[in-house]
Amino acid sequence: MKTIAEINEKIQQGKAVVVNAEEVIDLVKEKGVKKAAQHVDVVTTGTFGPMCSSGIYFNIGHSKPRIKLGGGRVYLNDVLAYPGLAAVDVFLGANALPDDDPRNRVHPGDFNYGGGHVIEELVAGKDIRLMATAYGTDCYPRKRLETWINIKNLNEAVLFNVRNAYQNYNVAVNLSDKTIYTYMGVLKPRLGNVNYCSAGQLSPLLNDPYYRTIGIGTRIFLGGGIGYVAWQGTQHNPDVPRTETGVPKRGAGTLAVIGDLKRMSPRWLVGTSMYGYGVTLTVGIGVPIPVLDEEILRHAAVTDAEIYAGVVDYSDAYPNLKADIVGEVSYAELKRGTVKLQGKKVPTGSLSSYSRAMKIAETLKGWILRGEFLLTEAVAPLPGVESGVTFKPLKERPLEI
Amino acid sequence: MAVSKRVVLHFPRRLVEQPVIYRLVKDYNLEFNILRASITAEPEEEGVLVLQLKGEQEEYDRGIKFLLKSGLKIQSLSQDITRNEERCTNCGACVTICPPGAFEVDPKTRQVEFDHEKCVACGLCIKACPPRAMEVHF
Repeated sequence: MKTIAEINEKIQQGKAVVVNAEEVIDLVKEKGVKKAAQHVDVVTTGTFGPMCSSGIYFNIGHSKPRIKLGGGRVYLNDVLAYPGLAAVDVFLGANALPDDDPRNRVHPGDFNYGGGHVIEELVAGKDIRLMATAYGTDCYPRKRLETWINIKNLNEAVLFNVRNAYQNYNVAVNLSDKTIYTYMGVLKPRLGNVNYCSAGQLSPLLNDPYYRTIGIGTRIFLGGGIGYVAWQGTQHNPDVPRTETGVPKRGAGTLAVIGDLKRMSPRWLVGTSMYGYGVTLTVGIGVPIPVLDEEILRHAAVTDAEIYAGVVDYSDAYPNLKADIVGEVSYAELKRGTVKLQGKKVPTGSLSSYSRAMKIAETLKGWILRGEFLLTEAVAPLPGVESGVTFKPLKERPLEI
Repeated sequence: MAVSKRVVLHFPRRLVEQPVIYRLVKDYNLEFNILRASITAEPEEEGVLVLQLKGEQEEYDRGIKFLLKSGLKIQSLSQDITRNEERCTNCGACVTICPPGAFEVDPKTRQVEFDHEKCVACGLCIKACPPRAMEVHF
């Protein structure tokens, strides 16, 4: 019906019709899928939640005399980073902690500062303290380096997240008798609360459930700047139970994303502390969906009432890798503030910010309407339902003694 | 005119063993409800009591004067827990954590509203907030 090239032409002429993934719902109700698909060119999505598997890498440039950090140790504001790539390339993961953080020694630990916070401060333009030790070689003689670094002087600074933007996610509860502290937040005993973490009807992969337009190479909103889908994310698991319209009912597809950290903003990359669990990074991602045909639009018009997620007990089923679920609930129910589980009305809380996800979808819409952001053809598709790609558990093999 | 206010009382160590609150009831007809109490054995630290006080304005004012004269420091509660609006991402992780339900999601905007009036300064939201947007000031 339409091609991405045609849509890009309309964007450049300022004639493209762009709506966000919430607006498109009413539009389809009003006009019907057929007419709406002719009318709308792009649907913008958004999500803003804590996303582990996020990280950055950068190159600090060579000191005089030279130092080879690979094989040595590097700390950024006392947070352990990974230098094992080469001489002066450093990788920092969102979950990293300072060596002297007490962690959960007194449970639950606070986790006030770690990799996610260093990333936020670096993006904000703050100076970061780098302390490194190395073993010294003939060509890289130096053994110690202590210096301030700043993002504006780094040779490359790249956000590279190996698993973001989960297509649906577990809804978390606690069936035990004591409060538990998880990456899904504080869960009160005996079904005291329910936490969920998805933008639902606004979330990128829930609007393109079979990855028809989102693929490797797709240009996206990432952390306030521009990024790309680099690969399927780790734990990408397309073959999960789906509703009749194809919406996954469990955590399914994921994205690995990459982008220029120098053009991102601390408003959309926020250092995050999960009490008793650890630190992470809250990441903003928005993906445009080109309306190439009616089916793509029908999927993009998905509503919270049509998206279901499994409710998982984080006191037993999750830690012990049991497949049991407590039940299934829709995002419409979750957003109403209480859900019924085991005959009990349980209050709901979200870890993903819908209002900020909406701002992302609107920002992306603005970029496209102003002709500042063109759509890309995927270079290769993400593995689909038939691909055989699954998320396998670890099969432990005891080490021989 | 009747008033109902929440106050934070800081007890210097020498006052911890005196029945200050009893005098509020007995001499000033004030009704009290303890929202939070922390009494410490450390010699250098002070005791903190968060109270809801109800009574006639005139008697309330006289009661507060009596507390100040006794050597207590008083803060009104609304100053104690604040939200850093810049850091808050409006996710909603606080909503089910707060015992008096001071956080509510606006169904239209999906923004999380913080109602200071309902806050009892228990502090549970401080660490439950992922971006650590809730701040306590004593």
